Amino acid sequence: MKILVPVKRVIDYNVKARVKADNTGIDLANVKMSMNPFDEIAVEEALQKKESGEAEEVIAVSIGPSQCQETLRTALAMGADRAILIEEDSDVEPLVVAKLLKAVVDEEQPGLVILGKQAIDDDSNQTGQMLAALLGWPQGTFASEVKLAGDKVEVTREVDGGLETVALNLPAIVTTDLRLNEPRYATLPNIMKAKKKPLDTKTVGDYGVDVTPRLTTLYVAEPAKREAGIIVESVEELVQKLKDEAGVI
Amino acid sequence: MIRDQEVLNQFLDTVSRFVRDKLIPLEEEVAETGVVPAEILAQMRELGLYGMTVSEEYGGLGLTLEEEVLVLFELCKAAPVFRSKVGTNNGIGSQGIVIDGTEEQKQKYLPKVASGEYVTSFALTEPDAGSDAGGLRTTARLEGNQYILNGTKRYITNAADASIFTVMARTDPEGGTRGISSFIVEANSPGVTVSNPYKKMGQNGANIYDIIFEDCPVPPENLIGGVEGKGFGTAMKTLDRGRIHVAAVCIGVAQRLVEESLRYAMERKQFGQEIANFQLVQAMLADSQTETYAARCMILDAARNYDDGIRDRGQAAQCKMYASEMVGRVADRAVQIHGGAGYVSEYAVERLYRDVRIFRIYEGTTQIQQTVIAKEMMRNFEG
Ligand SMILES: Cc1cc2nc3c(=O)[nH]c(=O)nc-3n(C[C@H](O)[C@H](O)[C@H](O)COP(=O)(O)OP(=O)(O)OC[C@H]3O[C@@H](n4cnc5c(N)ncnc54)[C@H](O)[C@@H]3O)c2cc1C
Repeated sequence: MKILVPVKRVIDYNVKARVKADNTGIDLANVKMSMNPFDEIAVEEALQKKESGEAEEVIAVSIGPSQCQETLRTALAMGADRAILIEEDSDVEPLVVAKLLKAVVDEEQPGLVILGKQAIDDDSNQTGQMLAALLGWPQGTFASEVKLAGDKVEVTREVDGGLETVALNLPAIVTTDLRLNEPRYATLPNIMKAKKKPLDTKTVGDYGVDVTPRLTTLYVAEPAKREAGIIVESVEELVQKLKDEAGVI
Repeated sequence: MIRDQEVLNQFLDTVSRFVRDKLIPLEEEVAETGVVPAEILAQMRELGLYGMTVSEEYGGLGLTLEEEVLVLFELCKAAPVFRSKVGTNNGIGSQGIVIDGTEEQKQKYLPKVASGEYVTSFALTEPDAGSDAGGLRTTARLEGNQYILNGTKRYITNAADASIFTVMARTDPEGGTRGISSFIVEANSPGVTVSNPYKKMGQNGANIYDIIFEDCPVPPENLIGGVEGKGFGTAMKTLDRGRIHVAAVCIGVAQRLVEESLRYAMERKQFGQEIANFQLVQAMLADSQTETYAARCMILDAARNYDDGIRDRGQAAQCKMYASEMVGRVADRAVQIHGGAGYVSEYAVERLYRDVRIFRIYEGTTQIQQTVIAKEMMRNFEG
């Protein structure tokens, strides 16, 4: 079985994002970029399935500008077998990504697609679900455990108030939550080996997908600065303030 | 050897993440317990950090010195105790074999050094021979078909964890520095005793010990390079690279101290504003930033020269002296910028201030570096 893992290049989780002066988006000039953390978890899960003999091949795919090659090289250095870059310089929306991924799935015929549940830049949390809908495949989102069992995959999901386990017929879509695993570090010998692994570059034109945006961003602003707190003298005062000033009770 | 910008960047990125996600969060615990957890050491092995300087043919990464110092700039943003765990394998503990070892010695030991299966130590200093290393007294007498070692080595880093020591000992009681030879001594040899660790000012967990040799037999094939009388030269060549390595360690910590200082100055408010707004605080920040950058540049230059085959003992000494003194000043300013908070243990700078003090002492004190630098100047004088 092949496992396909889409990976997104996003602003590094450790970087403090700054809004552009004209409030049209996040300023990405000279900002460190990395693989979306949820996607790293997806790569790790796919690699573990390969190492246990349950999968034969792990393919990483990324959609975006040519710098996404670095993100794919990271996936290859972690242990993925080959990579596909669909080069596109404009911003791509979740539906476009899902359509392109569907085209890749049609070509590659993987038994499992493992995606991050969301990307930390736009937090859309849609791509996996849209891909499942486009393919007509079952989906197990927010996975904290993924077990292959014959022609099924059992996915334990982190839902409000507990865990839910679903059994899906393969092929299927899984999206990862934080607690699924701890991704490995790419070691230097493996980084060197990754240089020699195949990385195919394609364009959206190769798949005939229309990338015209359907969404318009109106305004991006920093969250309001947190005001300093106050210390109350008594429970009565707390209750009174919650009622009169905060208006929450 | 990487010599490939993309691969190098990716590796530096990995090290920097490892530092941020794994090492820095553990600093306080390690300072408290004096133990670096086994799983962290295992991860450091996997990343190849024990074998940075051993060449690829013996299973290491074979980094150029320039690449090595770039890795150290990242790695040593974490408390320097972590670097100390891999320090001897990359530096003084293995370089004797790397630089002057015979082919058999390299094949036998270097793969295990590179993988981290063997930890190594470098045993030069003695109770009565510190700065004056040439005055060492440990003896190695050839008796029958083996050498017999007797003597005491002092303050030896990682000795209790080590599987092998590089030991400098006297094969000729008369010959001055030419009477010194270097040996690979297996730690489990008969007649070897390692003391309890010393209590120290900083870097808790980076342990130092005495090693006592009492009629310890060493086979002649473990004489480094196979020739007597070359040991002092081996030790000095080891230090030429080792001193640039230590200088690079100072840069890592200095960068961290600058980061900690800046963060604190941007957050701490006095007189109704962030203290970073006060020009006297800005002067401290600017001096620390500039000196760190200056030292970083000189180390990269010296490392590139080294990689081009230039062995400039004076340059290595200048890097070691300047960087170690510099990080002392940066640490001092970091404490000052933190005010009272810099003197209490909740903030990392109090610990780092103590951690960096050793850099002016080992692998040659600042005074010894000064004499080396001046001696090189005088030697090259064409009057
Ligand atoms: C944490 C730690 C780790 C160490 N690790 C190792 C190790 O792994 N292997 C190893 O072999 N050694 C190790 N050492 C020993 C270290 O290298 C020595 O302590 C150092 O070289 C200084 O020697 P000393 O302590 O005998 O000081 P001394 O030589 O007694 O120096 C005392 C003072 O006199 C000054 N001085 C001495 N001679 C001169 C001179 N000619 N001109 C001007 N000033 C002079 C010195 O600069 C210093 O200020 C370690 C020490 C420490 C504390």
